[in-house]
Amino acid sequence: MEEHKDTIGSKIGMWIFLLSEVILFGGLFVLYSAYRFKFRGDFHLAAMDLNRLLGTLNTVILLTSSLTMALSIASIRKGLRGSSVVYLAATILLGLLFLGIKYLEWSAKVGHGIYPNSPDLLGRSSAEVLFFGLYYAMTGLHGFHVLVGVALLSAMCFFVVKGKIKKTDFILLENSGLYWHLVDIIWIFLFPLFYLMA
Amino acid sequence: MSNSPLAEGSCPSLSFLEEKGRYPGLLAWILSTDHKRIGLLYFVSIMTFFFVAVIFGILMRLELIAPGRTIMDPQTYNALFTLHGVIMIFLFVLPSIPSIFGNFFLPIQIGARDVAFPKINLLSWWIYLAGAALVILSLFTGGGPIDTGWTFYAPYSLRTTVNVPLAVFGVFVLGMSSILTGVNLVTTTHRYRAPGMTWFRLPLFIWGIYATAWIQILVTPVIGITLLLTLVERLVGVGVFDPSKGGDPILYQHLFWIYSHPAVYIMILPAMGVISEIIPVFSRKTIFGYRAIALSSIAIATVGSFVWGHHMFVSGQSDFASILFSLLTFLVAVPSAIKVFNWVATLYKGSIGLEPPLLFALTFIFLFSIGGLTGLFQGALAADVHLHDTYWVVGHFHYIIFGGMGFGFFAAIHYWFPKMFGKMFDRKWVIPAWILLFVGFNTLYFPMLVLGWEGMPRRYYDYFPTFHTLHLISTVGSWILAAGLILMFGNLIRALIRGEKADDNPWGAATLEWTISSPPPMENYKKIPTVERGPYDFR
Repeated sequence: MEEHKDTIGSKIGMWIFLLSEVILFGGLFVLYSAYRFKFRGDFHLAAMDLNRLLGTLNTVILLTSSLTMALSIASIRKGLRGSSVVYLAATILLGLLFLGIKYLEWSAKVGHGIYPNSPDLLGRSSAEVLFFGLYYAMTGLHGFHVLVGVALLSAMCFFVVKGKIKKTDFILLENSGLYWHLVDIIWIFLFPLFYLMA
Repeated sequence: MSNSPLAEGSCPSLSFLEEKGRYPGLLAWILSTDHKRIGLLYFVSIMTFFFVAVIFGILMRLELIAPGRTIMDPQTYNALFTLHGVIMIFLFVLPSIPSIFGNFFLPIQIGARDVAFPKINLLSWWIYLAGAALVILSLFTGGGPIDTGWTFYAPYSLRTTVNVPLAVFGVFVLGMSSILTGVNLVTTTHRYRAPGMTWFRLPLFIWGIYATAWIQILVTPVIGITLLLTLVERLVGVGVFDPSKGGDPILYQHLFWIYSHPAVYIMILPAMGVISEIIPVFSRKTIFGYRAIALSSIAIATVGSFVWGHHMFVSGQSDFASILFSLLTFLVAVPSAIKVFNWVATLYKGSIGLEPPLLFALTFIFLFSIGGLTGLFQGALAADVHLHDTYWVVGHFHYIIFGGMGFGFFAAIHYWFPKMFGKMFDRKWVIPAWILLFVGFNTLYFPMLVLGWEGMPRRYYDYFPTFHTLHLISTVGSWILAAGLILMFGNLIRALIRGEKADDNPWGAATLEWTISSPPPMENYKKIPTVERGPYDFR
């Protein structure tokens, strides 16, 4: 059978799916808002414990990765397969770098005895318990999305190399790019809510 | 969607049931990306779970036939009512009409050859099965079957020793299947309508499915995150719903009902679409108020997303919130009533043929009206204090879900059966089956309304002897209803095996699915039709 491609349909489907992802995180943002409203001052105090330098570094990394992602799509659109692969690989590496830094950050927190259900954390105020509960839940779910994104982009990289994604048909890469940008945007909201409010 | 050589080369009479795919035997079904085959895959799996949950329900009623212990201990009873709810809601009612009939008929009714993403469609079914498997697995592992009720309310769901983590993860996975089906159906409706199939020429069933698909996409993620947090809470304890760590269980209730109230409309809107389809066909009249019915589906979907707080009038939420939610609850009754009035107006002076589908459709209107009106009692703040968490609520939502969605589902099965399978069922057996179902249904659920009014709390294992008579009547009703189900499905299964061949258009309907052969050919249309008239312009 002849392959039929409806690129506009695929994009509509992807946008709708991304909308559902936004709402998935939306539930967490609602919880965050409710608790922040309840424990205004204490949330600020708890946020002092987060490493703002690493948070900022990760923001820069993810923003750069969105740029390389867009450049990869721009390259394939011009038919430059080689540079598309290079930009895609850079995006994947930046994603992995983000996860590496996140790992260091989490380990440092765990090292200080701040992790869910730790005796140290339970000894603190309930505002701090909730702040770090939400911190782990939200950055954890986001980190998981980055991981899925890295896997997705690796598959796309393979398809570009194999020529399945090409100048005339790059909707898969474009949709993956949309997903990657969404993951980026969610971080743009997480970053000030957790790191910059101290 | 292709201009494949099949369009001219192959034998014209081969239906989707017979067509040989890429794979042999059973694989031709479970790996098929054809929307009709996937619809039937859902049909078989969903019906299996339906009967399991029916048996659980009958066992519960049997336990309640007399005060004290009858056939099981309290813990088993708690597990049974939880499983009855979880299976009925998440494995039967929510997916049933959209996944079976939406999958099967949405592309055909809009003049398309398949849904927008056939592979994702098949993936949704596999995810559905995976979710179901996880829920089943949760019964036999960890601490055993869940006993939290289908609502998984915190903090109990965080404390109980039973296997909550796996069960909620299973329901989370089912939600993913629901979202993907929604994405598929919305995109298909936007992109694959045949030439001339304008929005206001869409069959009303499509409007119902379309509105439903949007709710599936927009609210399912909310329960997704709620269940994920419950899971994480059980595994590592982040504390967001746990009062002992400063978390607020009321927030759990908010998030849960932000999904689960709109979910009620996921259940009922497709059934309303089915009824809007059937009534004009058997009145031989165009539908009264097409636009009002179509847009009321959207209105129900929109307003229905902002009424969740009416489940929480006695939870301690603010009075102001309760008043707003109560007002919105009354408002959402308006578009529902618009539909009912339009159906009745369509019947008025119609040339009515009381065929099986119409019989079930009329039953829908009657039972749904009782369900809707009893719901308004609970939507009133003062009355709800008395009725909250009583059998009144159980009676009310069974009138809506079973009386409404269930009978709408039965109507859909009888209406589309000849098209799906190319066989006609024996119409004379439908009447006694319907009588048993109707009598059994009301005998089973009407006493619950009275019981609740008199103060019988829901989910209780035992009760005072004053409630005995009504519980006894209700249990007898469950047996009559079960007999009706056996007769009805027995008749349909017999038709599958030995039914007469059905015509292409046995009911004389005007929508597109009746213009192709029964059962439909693999690609639905050799040539995509051009639509020149409305769905209910009978000639």
